[in-house]
Amino acid sequence: MRRSMLFIPSNNPNMIVNGGVLGADSLIFDLEDAVSPDEKDAARDLLHNALKAVDFGKCEIIVRINGLDTPYWEEDLRSILPMKPDAIMPPKVSDAAYIQRLDAKLAELEREFSLKEGRTKIIALLETALGVENAYSIAAASPRMMALFLGAEDLTADLRCQRTKEGGEIQYARGRLVCGARAAGIEAYDTPFTDVQDLEGLAKDAAYAKSLGFTGKACISPAHVTTVNRVFSPTQADIDYAKDVFAAIAEAKRQGKGAISLRGKMIDAPIVQRARMVLEAASEIEGVDYLA
Amino acid sequence: MEIKHGAMAGTLESSDIMVTVLPSSDGIQIDLTSSVEQYYGDSIRETITKTLEELGVSSARVEAVDHGALDCTIQARLTTAVRRAAKEEVAK
Repeated sequence: MRRSMLFIPSNNPNMIVNGGVLGADSLIFDLEDAVSPDEKDAARDLLHNALKAVDFGKCEIIVRINGLDTPYWEEDLRSILPMKPDAIMPPKVSDAAYIQRLDAKLAELEREFSLKEGRTKIIALLETALGVENAYSIAAASPRMMALFLGAEDLTADLRCQRTKEGGEIQYARGRLVCGARAAGIEAYDTPFTDVQDLEGLAKDAAYAKSLGFTGKACISPAHVTTVNRVFSPTQADIDYAKDVFAAIAEAKRQGKGAISLRGKMIDAPIVQRARMVLEAASEIEGVDYLA
Repeated sequence: MEIKHGAMAGTLESSDIMVTVLPSSDGIQIDLTSSVEQYYGDSIRETITKTLEELGVSSARVEAVDHGALDCTIQARLTTAVRRAAKEEVAK
């Protein structure tokens, strides 16, 4: 379950130690933009020790490393990998070769640190025009690939356009990223909403992203987590409908019927698949097994 | 590790500790200022001493200004300061 992914600056002890109680499904510990070049060593040491000592509860641990075009990324991995993060998030991924280079380094370090080879997953941050155009080949570049994540701020700078709340300028990128991720069988995560105060705008933006097929959304403020979790959780109406789908299937089987309809519509394979995903998500969120 | 010159790490923010490590020829000396000195002063000094030992530092003067840092933060800030202090200084 990864509805909300909350960015935490990796050189801020106060935010790091409180990360587990902020309600986010995943924490993205940031070694890149949130850390100045002369503090990269301090952030690595702090994150290394915090991941060893602090209990982050059920939160998934993701670390955004510095780009492969910087002198920092190998040291980032060497420091963080022994602490067994769930995933590494490389920034500004532009093509499949970028992922394959990272994959090779992860494999080398997993062997060196006696970790299970392939355990460290990758969430690729696409924030350039080239990265968006190569969405599918990036998503399919390695078995470690877990998700694509859209970074709209850098992308709009690359596109030479203004970033707006309405998001018309990233419409194409959102669609292409979701399509590329789904075609490769992995998840898609939406860019953060950058106005910390505007929760109504956030809810609207998140609902739109959900309607396009995104699995969840990144947050740059803990104040956004509750709204994002709510939008990306199944509604009671979703859950009731999904339960009715399975009840209708059971009833049709009992009666020996081949074709099944519910509320005047035929139930076909995609509807059953969607109903199953709704009940799986609801079960995980509520701790109740709706599929039993 | 040998302390070759003075170096700092950390901040004065809440939950953090600012550590300055300086060369010394007289073993380990710790000068601690902490908002929780009365309750955790001994524990913080012990964490500093143990971390220096693990880093192989036998002589250093440590000045620490603590604002309620957890052990993991103290260890991290001290590690960073020591690694910085052990590097050859680059002429500016």
